[in-house]
Amino acid sequence: MLRKRAFSGGVHPPQSKITAHLPIEEVPLPPQVVIPLQQHLGAPAEPLCKAGDTVKIGDKIGEAKGFVSVPCHASVSGTVKAVEPRLHPLGGRVLSVVIDSDGKGEVASSVMPDPDYMQRSAEELRARVREAGLAGMGGAAFPTHVKLSPPPTKPIDTLLINGAECEPYLTADHRLMLEQPREILAGVQVIQKILGCKRVVIAIEDNKPDAIATMRKAVADTGERYEVMSFQAKYPQGAEKQLIKAATGREVPRGGLPMDVGCLVHNVGTAKAIYEAVALRKPLVERVVTVTGPGVRTPKNLRVPLGTSFAHLFAHCGGLTEDAGKIIMGGPLMGIAQFSDEVPVIKGTSGIVVLTQTESRLSDPLVCIGCARCVDACPMKLVPTHIQTLVRHERFAAAKEYGLLDCIECGCCAFVCPAKIPFVHLMKYGKLKVYQLERAAGPKSA
Amino acid sequence: MEKERLVSASPHLSDAESIPKIMYGVVLSLLPAAVGAVYFFGLKALWIMLIASAAAMASEAAVQAILRKRITVADGSALVTGILLAFNVPASVPLWLPAVGAVFGIVVGKHAFGGLGYNPMNPALLGRAFMLASWPTSMTVFTVAPRGGSLCGIDPATISALQIDAVTQATPLKLLKVARGVLANPSAADASSYASYAKAVGALYDSYGNLFWGKVGGCIGETSTFLLLVGALFLLYKRYIGWKIPFSFLGTVALLSWAFAGTDGLLSGKPLFHLLSGGVMLGAFYMATDMVTSPVTFRGRLLFGVGCGVITMVIRLIGGYPEGVCYSILLMNLTVPLLDRYTRPRILGEKK
Ligand code: SF4
Ligand code: SF4
Repeated sequence: MLRKRAFSGGVHPPQSKITAHLPIEEVPLPPQVVIPLQQHLGAPAEPLCKAGDTVKIGDKIGEAKGFVSVPCHASVSGTVKAVEPRLHPLGGRVLSVVIDSDGKGEVASSVMPDPDYMQRSAEELRARVREAGLAGMGGAAFPTHVKLSPPPTKPIDTLLINGAECEPYLTADHRLMLEQPREILAGVQVIQKILGCKRVVIAIEDNKPDAIATMRKAVADTGERYEVMSFQAKYPQGAEKQLIKAATGREVPRGGLPMDVGCLVHNVGTAKAIYEAVALRKPLVERVVTVTGPGVRTPKNLRVPLGTSFAHLFAHCGGLTEDAGKIIMGGPLMGIAQFSDEVPVIKGTSGIVVLTQTESRLSDPLVCIGCARCVDACPMKLVPTHIQTLVRHERFAAAKEYGLLDCIECGCCAFVCPAKIPFVHLMKYGKLKVYQLERAAGPKSA
Repeated sequence: MEKERLVSASPHLSDAESIPKIMYGVVLSLLPAAVGAVYFFGLKALWIMLIASAAAMASEAAVQAILRKRITVADGSALVTGILLAFNVPASVPLWLPAVGAVFGIVVGKHAFGGLGYNPMNPALLGRAFMLASWPTSMTVFTVAPRGGSLCGIDPATISALQIDAVTQATPLKLLKVARGVLANPSAADASSYASYAKAVGALYDSYGNLFWGKVGGCIGETSTFLLLVGALFLLYKRYIGWKIPFSFLGTVALLSWAFAGTDGLLSGKPLFHLLSGGVMLGAFYMATDMVTSPVTFRGRLLFGVGCGVITMVIRLIGGYPEGVCYSILLMNLTVPLLDRYTRPRILGEKK
C-alpha cells in the first residue's frame, strides 16, 4: 500500500503503551461495588431493588426508562446496602446501587447460554442487546441498541469495528483483540445479522501489528469476508468521523450521524459484549480496564466487575507512586480528571491513567501568537484559534458559524498550542452557551 | 487519607513547545546570518545588533512596567524584533538610529496594539519603515562594502578590468534599475554609457556566487543568502515556519522577475538575480513568516506569500525604491484578517 490510510490533521502524542504485552488479569473480587443507575447518554434507569435485598451476578437492579436508556445489573453477588446518590466519574453524584459482596460470585439463573442464537430474529437479538444493558464501550457510552436501530430510510451498508485505540496508554481493546478475537467476530456476525450490512471493516492502527495479524487469522477461520484494515497510528484515528473518512472516504455531514452516509461504528469491546449478551445471555457486568500511567506502580490490564472503585484497582496494581498527581478516567487526551479515587468503574471506563504531579501541572495560558499549529492539527478542519477568540468575546453565534458545534473536543489543538490555550474548556463552554441561546430563542425561530 | 487531586479539562497531555521555545529557536536560526554580518561589515555590525536588541527589550520592559502588565521580555519575542530590525539597516547608520527604530517598533508597532499576539504588523518592519521615512539618507545610502567584495556584488577585480564606470556606489538592485532605464531606451543614452551599462549588467549576472555567499552591499543581515538559508532550514525542520509563505513568496518573485525584469523585454529576466539580491530571502523566511502577522489558514498563507511577491516586484520594477520587500510585507500584514476570513477551510462534512 502506498499511502497510509488516515484522515487529515491530528497529532502524534507519545504512545506510552506500557501494558500492551500484559495479558488481561482478573481483579480479586471487590468487597463492595457502587453501580450508578446512569452510565450512558440518555435517561437514567430506575432502581428495582432496595437496601437489604440479596442479588446475584446478572440480576437486574435498574430498569431502563425510555428508548434511549438501558438497564443496570448486579456485578457481584451479595446484599444491597443502599440505594443513594454517590460520586460518579463523569462528575457530581448520581443515584447508585451499593452492593456488599458475599465473596461467592454466584451467577443469576437468567444467565444461560443459547446455542441457537443465530436462529433468532433481528428483533429478538436487538431486544437481548438492550436487556443486557449495553452501552458503547469506547468512551462515548451511547446505548448500543439505539445504534442498532437505524431508521429504514438510512440503510447501513458498512459496519466499522473500531479497534484503533488511538489514545496513548490504553491497551484494553488491543488485549481483547489478541485474547478474544473469536468472541469479537461472533459479535460482529450478530450485528451484521441485525443490520443486514454487506461490508465489514475491522479498523486497527498500524502500531498493533500483532492485533492485525490475530484478527486476520481469526477472520480467515470464520470464512467471512471481513476486511481487517491497517490505519496510520495517529490521534484521533478512533473518532467516528475520522475513522469513516479514512476507511471509506465518506464524510459524515455537519451535524449528522454516521448512518447518514450508510456507516455504523462499534468498538471491539462492544462487539464482544454483544456476543455475550445474545449467545450467553450475559448482561454487561464487567469490562476490561487498563490501569496505567507513570503514577501507577505496576500497570495492568484488568477484567473488572462494574462498580469497582478505582482505589480497589490501584491497590491491586501496587498502589500509586509518591508523586502521583492526576487520576484520569479514559485516555490522557479525552479522559476526565477525577477528584477522588472512590469513583466506580462504569460501562464506558476504557482505562484509568495516573499522571505524575509534574506532568499534570498547568501552565498559564498566554495569548495566541498565530502559529497555526492548531489549524494544522484540527481533524475537523476548523480554525480553532478563531473559534476560541469568538467564544472569549462571547460572540457565540459567530463561533457557531465558524464550526463550534462541529468540534469533537478531541483536544488536538490544545495539545499543540504553544500558548497553552485551554481550548476544550472554551469549546464546551461555547457549545453550552449556543444551546442555551437557541433554547431561549426556540419558540420564535421554530 | 483523601489526597488532593489535580483536576482540569482535557487534554491532560501537551507537547513540549512553548512561546519562549519557539522565539529562542528563531533567535538561534538568526545566528549564522548575525555572525556573517560581523564578518562582512565588521564590529560595527555587532554594535548595531546589540544596541537594537537592548533597545527593543528595554522598551518592552518599560512599557509593560508603566502599564502594570506582566513583564514578558524573557519570552524572546522582543529579542527577535531587535535582531531583525538590526538586520534591516546598513552598516553605515549612526548607532542611535537602530535604537530609535527598535523603540518605535516595540512601542508603536507592538504595545500600542496590546502586545504580543495583537500587533497587526511586524514590529521590526514597522520600525524599519519608520527609519526609512524619517532618515532616508542614512537608510538608503550604502557606503560600506563587504569584506572582500564590492557594493554591487561584482568582484572588484572585474570592475577594474572591464573599466565599468557605471558601477559607482550602487547596490545590485539599484544598478539594475538604472541600467534597465538606459538599456530600454538606447536612443536617449550616449553610446559610451550604453556600452558601459551593458557590460555592467553582464558582469552583474555573472556575480551570482557573490550574491549567494553574501559578498555584496546591503543591510547587514540580508546579504548572505547562504547563511539565511541555513537558519531557514533549521526553522523548517523544527516546523517553526511552514513552506507555504516563503515558497509562494519566492515563487512569485521568480516568476514576475523572469517575465518583466529583463533588460531585453518580456521573459528575459533572470529570476535568480532577484531572488538573491536585496532583502527577499530575509523577508520571505524570517519576516513574512512572522506568526502573529501572517494568516493561519492553508490558502491564506499561500495567498499571503503571493501578495508579498507581487507587491515586492511592483515596487522594485516601477516604484521609487529599488527594494520593495519591507513595504510588501507590511501591506500584506494588513490583509491578514480578510485573508483568514475568506479562506476558512471546508469543515469535514461541510457541503460547498
Ligand atoms: S478539540 Fe475541536 S477544535 Fe480542537 S482540534 Fe479537536 S475538533 Fe478541532
Ligand atoms: S496553536 Fe495556539 S498559538 Fe498557535 S495559532 Fe493556535 S491558538 Fe494560536
